[in-house]
Amino acid sequence: MKTLLLAAAAATLATSAMAQDVVRMGTEGAYPPYNFINDDGEIDGFEREVGDELCTRAGLTCEWVSNDWDSIIPNLTSGNYDTIIAGMSITDERDEVIDFTDPYFPPAASAYASTMDMDPMSADAVVAAQTNTIQAAHVAESGATLLEFATPDEAVAAMRNGEADAIFADKDFLVPIVDEDGDMSFVGEDVGLGDGIGIGLRESDDELEATFNEAIASMKEDGTLNTMITEWFGEDAITFE
Amino acid sequence: MFEYCSDPSALDGARWLSCYLTNGVHLRFYSSFGTVLLLLAITAPLALAFGFLGAAASRSGVAPLRWSGKTYTSMVRGVPDIVFFLFFVIALDQAFEWTRHQALCPGWDAPIRQGAEFNVCPEAKLPRSSSPQAWHEAYNFSLAIVTFAIVFGAFAANVLYGAMRAVPRAQMETAAAYGMTERQAFRRILVPQMWVYALPGLSNLWMILIKATPLLFLLGVEDIVYWAREIGGSKTSAFSYPHPDWRIWYFSGLLVFYLIFTKISEIVLARLTARLSAGQATAEGERLRRAAPAGPAA
Repeated sequence: MKTLLLAAAAATLATSAMAQDVVRMGTEGAYPPYNFINDDGEIDGFEREVGDELCTRAGLTCEWVSNDWDSIIPNLTSGNYDTIIAGMSITDERDEVIDFTDPYFPPAASAYASTMDMDPMSADAVVAAQTNTIQAAHVAESGATLLEFATPDEAVAAMRNGEADAIFADKDFLVPIVDEDGDMSFVGEDVGLGDGIGIGLRESDDELEATFNEAIASMKEDGTLNTMITEWFGEDAITFE
Repeated sequence: MFEYCSDPSALDGARWLSCYLTNGVHLRFYSSFGTVLLLLAITAPLALAFGFLGAAASRSGVAPLRWSGKTYTSMVRGVPDIVFFLFFVIALDQAFEWTRHQALCPGWDAPIRQGAEFNVCPEAKLPRSSSPQAWHEAYNFSLAIVTFAIVFGAFAANVLYGAMRAVPRAQMETAAAYGMTERQAFRRILVPQMWVYALPGLSNLWMILIKATPLLFLLGVEDIVYWAREIGGSKTSAFSYPHPDWRIWYFSGLLVFYLIFTKISEIVLARLTARLSAGQATAEGERLRRAAPAGPAA
């Protein structure tokens, strides 16, 4: 009985300490199905669902904020919000500036899509990608000419109107677009990039990192994370083991 | 909005469109027009005030005041708007937070600057991270107003400075001959007469200000251009209202909005010019005098 009371007391203490914590979740809101602004003007998508579940499990109050992709890291480090949950792949370059939690999404394939039959790896190919992404870095290294755009949607539009020969992006982002556009198809080989997608945090926020890691682990353990992945990305999506 | 909108996929034609145009994102799009108009309504007079102070300081007899006025106009005019918006606003925000940090958290021993990070204690954050999103938006909005006012104030200062010098010297000499002090002459003679010279320059600034609002998104304030791009982009069937790339329509809408808005501004400014020209020693003032029916003075 005594231990039970103690446990209850500890639990109330813990929740009351946590209840004041508002964690501001920064996302881009322009990368369906990862994150997007839905028809009601609210942030929606796979990451919204995962983020909300993580916050519930960690006992945090979370507030969602949308921010331009280009300034998403500077605004985190200067403290305008506390996390980046925006389909951001874990890479060494980014890891030097910010910290990442364990991945909540496994390393996924990136793919080329085009309205014509072409070789995206050839030197005279012009490939569109979103600026400051691992895909843009990959195109720059591949030898093709890189055309960068502020949003992934503009990159797709550039390929459609012939400004670029192909678009290179996360395959999960491209699948619904290619499915609904009869002219577009995937070209070339899929490429595996990055170490999965994690939540970006300030390097000094070790406590928050541990909290999120714990919540992510519990979601992996009971299978909720995999359920959400297949729900948003289809049965063929890569899930955690 | 309407009752039949509950299942958009079953609708077509006008009904679909009426639901589409009244869904949540569109309502936010429409309200962003209000945001932009509010920004202009507050920024314009504030920038004019900054400009007036800058111009008055620039022609002051007190050297430090004159220097500060000159420095303000030449420095701010020389820096690109986008740099100002990226750098100055962050610096301003951090200056506020740093000051609050010193006052509110004397016992805080962790360094504020760690690499690229800026970590003040939670109490010093502006606004507090626990405050609702609306406060964050309002705060960013006011930062935007201050920044716009400073930038456009510098340009206005130069316009007003030129306008003050354009008032005929004889007017000021006559004022002195009537026994007015320098201050009185400034207030009674110079300021009322300078507007007609300042108006063309100020109206240019106003037109540029109207079109500068997309800079707002750099501060996280969602303006009309942001929403036009966001809503107009192609939407897959993950959305309730899927559609191809419709940005051309949204941007055409903005084009019409801007043209109407600048046209109205032109009409208002033309009336203002006519009004201010009355009785002035300018060509327009002379034209008005000749055109006027014979009054008591004629």
